[in-house]
Amino acid sequence: MTADLTEVPSGRGVEPRPPVRRDTQEHPALPWRDRLTRLDVKFTPYLFIAPFFVLFAVIGLFPLLYTGYVSLFDWELGGDEHPFVGLENYTALLADSQFWNAMFNTISIFVLSSVPQMITAVLLAALLNTALRARTAWRMGVLLPYVASLVALAIIFSNLFGKQYGLINSFLDTVGLSPVDWQGNWFASHVAIATMVNWRWTGYNALIVLAAMQAIPREVHEAALVDGAGAVRRFFSITLPLLRPTIIFVVITSTIGGLQIFTEPKLFDPAGGSGGGFSHQYQTVVLYLYQAGFQDFDLGYASAMAWILFLVVLVIAAANFFLTRRIASTGEAE
Amino acid sequence: MTALTTAPPVRRPGRGKKLKASTLLERPNFVVYGILIAFILGSAFPFYWSFLVASYDANVFTGDVPLIPGGNFFANASRVVDSIPFWKALGNSVIVSGTVTVSVVLFSSLAGFAFAKLRFRGSKGLMLFVIATLAVPTQLGVIPLFMAMAEFGWSGTLGAVIAPNLVTAFGVFWMRQYIVDAVPNELIEAARMDGCSLLRTFWHVCLPAVRPAAAMLGVFTFMQSWNDFLWPLIVLNPEDPTIQVALEKLQSGYYVDYSLVLAGTTMATVPVLLVFLVLGRQIVAGIMQGAVKG
Repeated sequence: MTADLTEVPSGRGVEPRPPVRRDTQEHPALPWRDRLTRLDVKFTPYLFIAPFFVLFAVIGLFPLLYTGYVSLFDWELGGDEHPFVGLENYTALLADSQFWNAMFNTISIFVLSSVPQMITAVLLAALLNTALRARTAWRMGVLLPYVASLVALAIIFSNLFGKQYGLINSFLDTVGLSPVDWQGNWFASHVAIATMVNWRWTGYNALIVLAAMQAIPREVHEAALVDGAGAVRRFFSITLPLLRPTIIFVVITSTIGGLQIFTEPKLFDPAGGSGGGFSHQYQTVVLYLYQAGFQDFDLGYASAMAWILFLVVLVIAAANFFLTRRIASTGEAE
Repeated sequence: MTALTTAPPVRRPGRGKKLKASTLLERPNFVVYGILIAFILGSAFPFYWSFLVASYDANVFTGDVPLIPGGNFFANASRVVDSIPFWKALGNSVIVSGTVTVSVVLFSSLAGFAFAKLRFRGSKGLMLFVIATLAVPTQLGVIPLFMAMAEFGWSGTLGAVIAPNLVTAFGVFWMRQYIVDAVPNELIEAARMDGCSLLRTFWHVCLPAVRPAAAMLGVFTFMQSWNDFLWPLIVLNPEDPTIQVALEKLQSGYYVDYSLVLAGTTMATVPVLLVFLVLGRQIVAGIMQGAVKG
């Protein structure tokens, strides 16, 4: 498109002695402005992308790789020496029931948050896709929780889910149910933490689904309408199947975030601290990482944990990539 | 309804919207409005609850909490300011998020422009690299970052919070996608003809044209940075925190006075809510646009 701007030969590899070009380049009579332009065209693109790549290498990639390196050592914070221990941190980690517990909790909280969240988001999007008055106001309304800071949100919900004076338990009491120990019971604590996640993200995801709904060509709906399909029928036979790629995309991207959940469980119970409850009933992987690395100062062990989680996220991201590509290609084939 | 389906295929632009509204989009009845109102009330309730508790004193939970605010909010607010360095933390958060936002938007636009409009050796491969790193959880690199900050003596400074967030792969991806369509090649060529260097072309042609996307990226970056908790908690001192770390400090301990703590969360939330009232329309548009493009 912009080949005429750049004058860089588009073929691969350096052409063997392009005499004319060399000539003009080294010609002393060539005005300095032209030479400057040539340099500009050739090197400026690299200067434009350099800040991103250099900074990303230093602050993004290098720390991740170095985490892998640290994980091979018995590296205590403040220790004078840190002996090389090979894969010992990993074998210890895989035998550590607290780690498996944290992994299980993370996945449990993720499932409890993503499934109801996705269903609600699709239904909400369907409601928002009607001919509402003051559309933008409604869309802003459902997005409201998204602006709450995670810390503020976690603190407010920790109060709402309080065991003795919490609003939710007094509501349960009013309707004649027995109060729930939201902090102590492992399943109840997962439900409570998943509720925070759902509260914050459902509206956001509903807007993404709504955008996908509006991208469905009108003609498809019109054809179904002519054939006599009602609104409900059209929702299940047209809208939902065509939303599949979007839904899969949202679920998998939220997996990547969900696996790293930290703030909500960290602040869920002021007395629980980084242990995630007295028997670690809601400790997540990153919370355990924080406890091992920055409270027990066992940096090698925490690094091994980070590296395992990193690999899990990579696998899921790769699955995401191939899955969406496959969906896209089958969509074209149809 | 049947009359509309037999409408001629050539739609006049003026009537298109009307058509769509009356046939394909259902007229919402009171049930739809009712559900939406209930949902939004549920969304707003925790904010209101936070303010409600904050407007009473520490004994608010001994009886039923009334649903009408009391008169104790400002007393609690002044206790918040006494207990944590609230204003300092707020200022720190503004400095951190502001710096990160400017940096991310600037560097993302530069790189996005190069990837979208300039031809250079290796551009395809490098762009693939950017896309591949979109999913990389850089948050998991906190341990070496912590060691490095201790080594450089940066621990406890705002620079330690700013530095690891100066660029994002998402920003480059987002800006590239937008610039490809939004900046006409003819415009760039014309600027080049007039003797603009690439940098001036970027500054005078590209940047003005991508202002909406840059603003969206700015809003999202600012919010993300504002909410960041794990890394500031690790690297900052409680005496010189960001607002999120300060709030956490307010809550920790075995006895929690929620009228105090929730006064803190309310005070930290009000500025964000005000920004949302002003920019909410653009945020909604940005999310929906990103969904279709991404």
